[in-house]
Amino acid sequence: MDDEEALQKTLGEFLQNQGYTPLSALDGDAGFLLAKEKKPDLILLDLIMPKKNGFDVLKLLKNNSETKDIPVIVLTNLAEVADIDKALELGATTYLVKGDHALIDILQKIKATLGDE
Amino acid sequence: MVMGIVIIVTSILTYSIGTRYNSDPESVVLVVLLMTAFLLILSFIITSSFERLAEANRLKSEFVSIVSHQIRSPLTNLKWIVELLMSGILGKIEGKQGEYFKILKENTERMQELVNELLTVSRIEATKLVFKREPFALEKIAGDLVEEFKPIAKSSNIQLEFTAEKNLPKVFADPFQILQVMENLLYNAIRYTAAAFNDGKDKNNGKITVRIFKKRNSVVCEITDNGIGIPKDDKKFIFQKFFRAGNVRRYQAGGSGLGLYICKSIIEKSNGRIGFSSKENSGSTFWFSLPIAK
Repeated sequence: MDDEEALQKTLGEFLQNQGYTPLSALDGDAGFLLAKEKKPDLILLDLIMPKKNGFDVLKLLKNNSETKDIPVIVLTNLAEVADIDKALELGATTYLVKGDHALIDILQKIKATLGDE
Repeated sequence: MVMGIVIIVTSILTYSIGTRYNSDPESVVLVVLLMTAFLLILSFIITSSFERLAEANRLKSEFVSIVSHQIRSPLTNLKWIVELLMSGILGKIEGKQGEYFKILKENTERMQELVNELLTVSRIEATKLVFKREPFALEKIAGDLVEEFKPIAKSSNIQLEFTAEKNLPKVFADPFQILQVMENLLYNAIRYTAAAFNDGKDKNNGKITVRIFKKRNSVVCEITDNGIGIPKDDKKFIFQKFFRAGNVRRYQAGGSGLGLYICKSIIEKSNGRIGFSSKENSGSTFWFSLPIAK
């Protein structure tokens, strides 16, 4: 879930090439509905998004019986300690600052979270 | 200070008027009242101008922070696209394409470094930089960091060594922030040593040593290199924001001029000290000390 379409496209292309099937949503509302419907193995969640921000989506996901067990990796450009603490408190598995990570780092985190290593 | 001088001068003036005209107490009272009113107005003007200055500084930091965040997204996209293209997933990179992609990647990284540093500076200036102080072993994070940097140093033909005294006490600071300081100092050491030895017969003579030792009530981290050093006239400006030494610009070594300012701010907020000694064309030693955990 990310409102940056170009960024989603790049990451999606890369993950697809690594054997994953990425689904995408450009806002929080659409993202939550998609997660409920498709029940993915893992969610990459941006924090600044229209309609519902990432924190609200995270709350919804963790309070919903169908989605609460899906691991969520927060992937954002917000790097304030308060945001990191809040996201982890709400149940995010990992918090990654987009700009600080290469595509390969994100792939490794995904693999580690899914136990694909 | 200005206000202090004004108060002293006014008090002396009031005292001399009071002693000189003690036969006319009404005039003395009037003078004292006038002086008090003058001081009140003056202090109001000074305080409000300081408040305006603080507000302007806060707005500036907020502006830098917002702009930096906005720049981060397109920059991340650019970085990931370059990585995707360079990985060869979308097609083989041939001949000069690789060379130019490498330049594109390096420049994207430079922009990213600048944005990150601007964000850190804006946090420091808005006093929003969060410090989570705890006892930790400085030699442990320094040793790990040196291991992480060894391939980078090796790729620039630089020998990177690490020594730490045994049984060092733990320091009391924020390990995450101290890691930023060490990364900055180590990057500088590599960058400016590589600049000194990047060609010619001495190509493999670059050397950097990281040393951790105890000194009185603190633990010191010292990073010594035999790089380009700092020109004598530039030394006093080295911790200033955006300052870059003359020889650094000559060698065209990267860097934003914010790193050392950030290091100084973090170390001082950690109740530590930071300093350096350097000689142009011979090398530099940067050090910082941190208080021992009680």
